[in-house]
Amino acid sequence: MHTKRIIPCLDVKEGRVVKGINFVDLIDAGDPVECGKAYDKAGADELVFLDITASSDKRNIMADMVRRVAETVFIPFTVGGGIRSIDDFRAILREGADKVSVNSAAIDNPTLISEAADVFGSQCVVVAIDARRRRVGKAADPSLSYSESIKINDEWTPADGWTVYKNGGRVDMQIDAIEWARKAVELGAGEILLTSMDADGTKAGYDIELTKAISDIVNVPVIASGGAGTMEHFKEALDVGGADAALAASLFHFKELEIKEVKKYLAENNIPVRL
Amino acid sequence: MISIIDYDAGNIKSVEKAINFLGEEAEITSDKDRIMASDGVILPGVGAFGVAMDKLRARGLVETIKEYVSTGKPFLGICLGLQLLFDESDETPGVKGLGLLEGKIKRIPSEYEDGTILKVPHIGWNSIEINPSSKLMKGISSDSYVYFVHSFYLEAANSSDVIATTEYGVRIHAAVERGNIMATQFHPEKSSDVGLKILSNFIEMTKGEGK
Repeated sequence: MHTKRIIPCLDVKEGRVVKGINFVDLIDAGDPVECGKAYDKAGADELVFLDITASSDKRNIMADMVRRVAETVFIPFTVGGGIRSIDDFRAILREGADKVSVNSAAIDNPTLISEAADVFGSQCVVVAIDARRRRVGKAADPSLSYSESIKINDEWTPADGWTVYKNGGRVDMQIDAIEWARKAVELGAGEILLTSMDADGTKAGYDIELTKAISDIVNVPVIASGGAGTMEHFKEALDVGGADAALAASLFHFKELEIKEVKKYLAENNIPVRL
Repeated sequence: MISIIDYDAGNIKSVEKAINFLGEEAEITSDKDRIMASDGVILPGVGAFGVAMDKLRARGLVETIKEYVSTGKPFLGICLGLQLLFDESDETPGVKGLGLLEGKIKRIPSEYEDGTILKVPHIGWNSIEINPSSKLMKGISSDSYVYFVHSFYLEAANSSDVIATTEYGVRIHAAVERGNIMATQFHPEKSSDVGLKILSNFIEMTKGEGK
């Protein structure tokens, strides 16, 4: 039976996993290789490594990390963060990553998606989308900061839609998220990694309306991201939201939930997972 | 020593790393003498059927593969490397495959009469049913999960060649074995412990029994 995937995401800075990972049996919680192996054992279906290194001259550190992970971790993994060119794709794939995720660079230059798909195949091109509910009413006041606007944004309806942000959620591109997802897939994206900025970090659940809106219109897998706090949240994203995979970071790192326990719960609720 | 055939296909490093991890030497090569001298040969591959056949032909590898296989030493195709063993593919009509086994490579249908729409490529973990007499699948139980990424699938002509099947809208022949010729549509090098066990079964064969 074809299964839904549970994916832990690891933030990597200059070749080291940051935010810490709370595995008791881990000798070095900052080592991407050890973290990857631990997650493979814990039942992760796939891994995402997100490079949050600020300076772009640290690319070789990332390539080295990818090589070391590929030597000992035998489940698929995606690498993203700061990917800007076909050469960046090549460098990461050559070291053994299975997929590369692009975000800001694809917004600036959408042909990067089609070029990468032509050269390496759609199956390794993941387009990451950071989406936020479009502000309406009082919350739309441009003088408000992001944190202020979300506090008063309770007038939102799905018809208001979502807007795409770039540069790690700092710049509103005024692009409709559904339109952008559709275009990315047309250009050759093989998968959409969809993060709700409103839900991210809240542990109040994925943005199911956003997940469903995107899953309904694209014919490639959608990975739901942002907001997971309970096992029910995973179930909701995968059945109501129609996502093919659900991603979480700190929830797994700090062992607030075990991947095996989430998957067992999903199986009991008739969602196909690899046990 | 195992040769991994180099014909410019994508992501073959992972196969090499998995073999090394299991304690066996592997070499990525397109050199005929090196290939003929190995104890086992792996034909990996991600890409298109027609392009791959062109590249194999341009490097003289079609004859080398056939000659190697005739020695009776273990041979393993992975993903596109499985598809290339057959006669023809819907992906590139008119292009002849290696023709070492009989069957067709067909496109996975995405739309079905009952209105079901499946996402193609078939990406992710799927369970396999196993023919227990297979050497390659020794110790693997049915309903084990393995990792797939493909848009085309095998329909083998001889059911006796099929050692694993899976379901994705259609019944997919996920692995085959006839004597020393073996192949998997899924990626054992990305299928965690189950995949490593399959690769280690292959390595075992290069060490004696299957030679």
